[in-house]
Amino acid sequence: MTRMSDDISNGSSHSHQTNELGTLTGMLAKGLLPVFLIALTLIAFVQTGTIDFLKSSFPPVEDLTYQRVAFPGAGQIQVHLVNGGPGPVTIAQVIIDDAFWDYKASPSVSIERLGKAILDIPYPWAEGDPLKISVVSSTGLTFDHQVEVATRSPEMNSTYLGIFTVLGIFVGVIPIFLGFLWLPFLAGITRDWQDCFLSFTIGLLVFLGIDAAQETILLTAQVASAFQGIAVMTLGITGMYLLLNTVEHFASSESTSTSEPMKMSILIALAIGLHNLGEGLIIGSAYAVGQAAFGTSLVFGFLLHNTTEGIGIVVPVANSRIKVRSLLCLGCLAGTPTIAGMWIGGFNSSTTSTVFFLSVGIGAVLQVVSLISRDVTSRSDSGLLKPLNSLGLLGGLIFMYLTGLLLPV
Amino acid sequence: MNDSKKPQDDSKDSDIQDKPNISSVSRRNLLRSGVAGAVGLATSANVINRRQNEIKSFVDTGKADVDTSKFDPTSYLTSFDYGVSSILPNGQTQREYNITATDQEIEVAPGIYFNAWTYNGTVPGPTIRCTEGDRLRVNFYNAGSHPHTIHFHGIHASDMDGVFEPVQPGESFIYEFDAAPMGFHLYHCHTRPLKRHLHKGLYGAFIIDPAEGRPEANELVMLMNGFDTNFDGENEVYAVNSVAFHYEKHPIDIQQGELVRIYCGNMTEFDLVNSFHLHGNMFKLYRTGTDLHRHEVTDTVMLCQGERAVIEFTYEHLGKFMFHAHQSEFAELGWMGVFNVKETTLA
Repeated sequence: MTRMSDDISNGSSHSHQTNELGTLTGMLAKGLLPVFLIALTLIAFVQTGTIDFLKSSFPPVEDLTYQRVAFPGAGQIQVHLVNGGPGPVTIAQVIIDDAFWDYKASPSVSIERLGKAILDIPYPWAEGDPLKISVVSSTGLTFDHQVEVATRSPEMNSTYLGIFTVLGIFVGVIPIFLGFLWLPFLAGITRDWQDCFLSFTIGLLVFLGIDAAQETILLTAQVASAFQGIAVMTLGITGMYLLLNTVEHFASSESTSTSEPMKMSILIALAIGLHNLGEGLIIGSAYAVGQAAFGTSLVFGFLLHNTTEGIGIVVPVANSRIKVRSLLCLGCLAGTPTIAGMWIGGFNSSTTSTVFFLSVGIGAVLQVVSLISRDVTSRSDSGLLKPLNSLGLLGGLIFMYLTGLLLPV
Repeated sequence: MNDSKKPQDDSKDSDIQDKPNISSVSRRNLLRSGVAGAVGLATSANVINRRQNEIKSFVDTGKADVDTSKFDPTSYLTSFDYGVSSILPNGQTQREYNITATDQEIEVAPGIYFNAWTYNGTVPGPTIRCTEGDRLRVNFYNAGSHPHTIHFHGIHASDMDGVFEPVQPGESFIYEFDAAPMGFHLYHCHTRPLKRHLHKGLYGAFIIDPAEGRPEANELVMLMNGFDTNFDGENEVYAVNSVAFHYEKHPIDIQQGELVRIYCGNMTEFDLVNSFHLHGNMFKLYRTGTDLHRHEVTDTVMLCQGERAVIEFTYEHLGKFMFHAHQSEFAELGWMGVFNVKETTLA
């Protein structure tokens, strides 16, 4: 009897396994059948010759996008092109200021869809003069780029890295720590006023988010159409928002030694850090193409701007006892990405990745805004609509606007 | 200075142009493959070069020259179509020409292709040449996709003027008139929109020689033209006889001391005027060539759209002399050439 039941149980477990396997195959079949049918439909569609008809009825649409125009030295112009059109493009000639000019293309004059080419043009450009570059394709279409001011592009070498590290420390890291100096003040005020300052943080984050969104949307216009700038932006924002949400979820569900206020500070620092990475990227790439002049006002502006970010980070931990080491970590988390961004921006010529990094920053900022809002609301039913909190939020926006005035575009 | 301004004349890198780097086979590539066949012998060398290029992370200087197998500007210079001649009962010489309008892709600069409308497959069309008083009979057939005509400059009847009788695709028309007056004239399509029919390439030179003839000379036909390849109402490419920089890459050989006569006309659209400037010399100018008295001696002549001149000169000095539009922009966008003056050879 026992043996028999054993047999049965064995048998049943065996059949259970087969069933599971069967279900799996079944599920797999159910999942793959539509894929198979879609493939069949596509093949059938191609067989009808409709595509050939469409292709023959319309002239080729070519789309070359300028990624970067650099002036590496006297008598040299370097043009980075990407083909974002539906088909291959063959470069035939290069016209500079209404004159055909020699060029060398690497790797080839024929650029496949989504492919890139670098043109080296020996042209005696004049410092400070505007310049019009026109690439003529084999079909006679022209792709123009207006250089506002021709000026020698900075070399991307160890000196550059060094200078940008120092600059990054001054405009990205030090201001954050200066913001931390308000910690004793924040610890001394009442909970209500602390919430006001948390709302102030929301205000500054909202400002950063919208500012970055505008910048990103403008940049998407320079992204080769096939790379779909707006889609990359959507992906970056949504992806980062969801990722941070998941991180927050796990951080709060697992009882770690980290306190709730500290977690919030870490997340704010992370969001600001990601935002600063994007900001650094813009500075780096602008400098690399000779568009950024670093005046004293810019450094001052960033200093003030980012000091505010420092205040925002430490508001949640105002009532906690916090170690200097933790503060150091928070500051570095928020500040050092500026340096990294500048480095990447200096070397990287892809607008698409800049759009992505900026969007990731926006996503992070959005997530942290929702996190702090929930926190503020947990202590007051009217949340941000509580007059003192509204004042803080508005104050954050206004303060960022005012410090923003110091930043020349 | 020349080196930097000549596009793609770097013969050192010419092997690269044969690189089969275009994935889709188009008409163009099929045409090019003719050239590729000739180069086939050197293929093994190319493979080695290509490998070297791969190692050097590829450098491509683009197409070095146009395919001259369909239209060679050098042979166009001295190609004159005298038609099929016969003597009419009244003793008059009749010349019969066949002209067909076609839609044709042409190469106006290395690698730049232009969908042209042509007379007999080329831009400019054939140079029609005859003598004052000849009976001309031009059989025109329109094999193109739009209605076209042939409008001859000169003196003739209204219904032979090629304006009010558009010839539909697939249809024909016979233009018949007596050649008059002597001079360097033009023929071109006169269908509206005029600008399009002209800039697409429907024009050619029409030379009526004086009955007593002109002095013996090395005669060359040069029609200044331009191409708006991206249809923005401006020319991207300028040339004399359609191919940018052709006579700079392939200088025109002339002999020291020989009389050179250029029939120079302006068929440029979009730009009001064009010009011809000769280096290291002066030329005698016969405006429109309608008489044998020189108008002036100069080195630069400005011609309006449709205007033309007969230019005569003789070189004293040996060597290379440039000729080009004196509009620097036109010159650097292709309207530039070189005469190579050589010592006289005994004919």
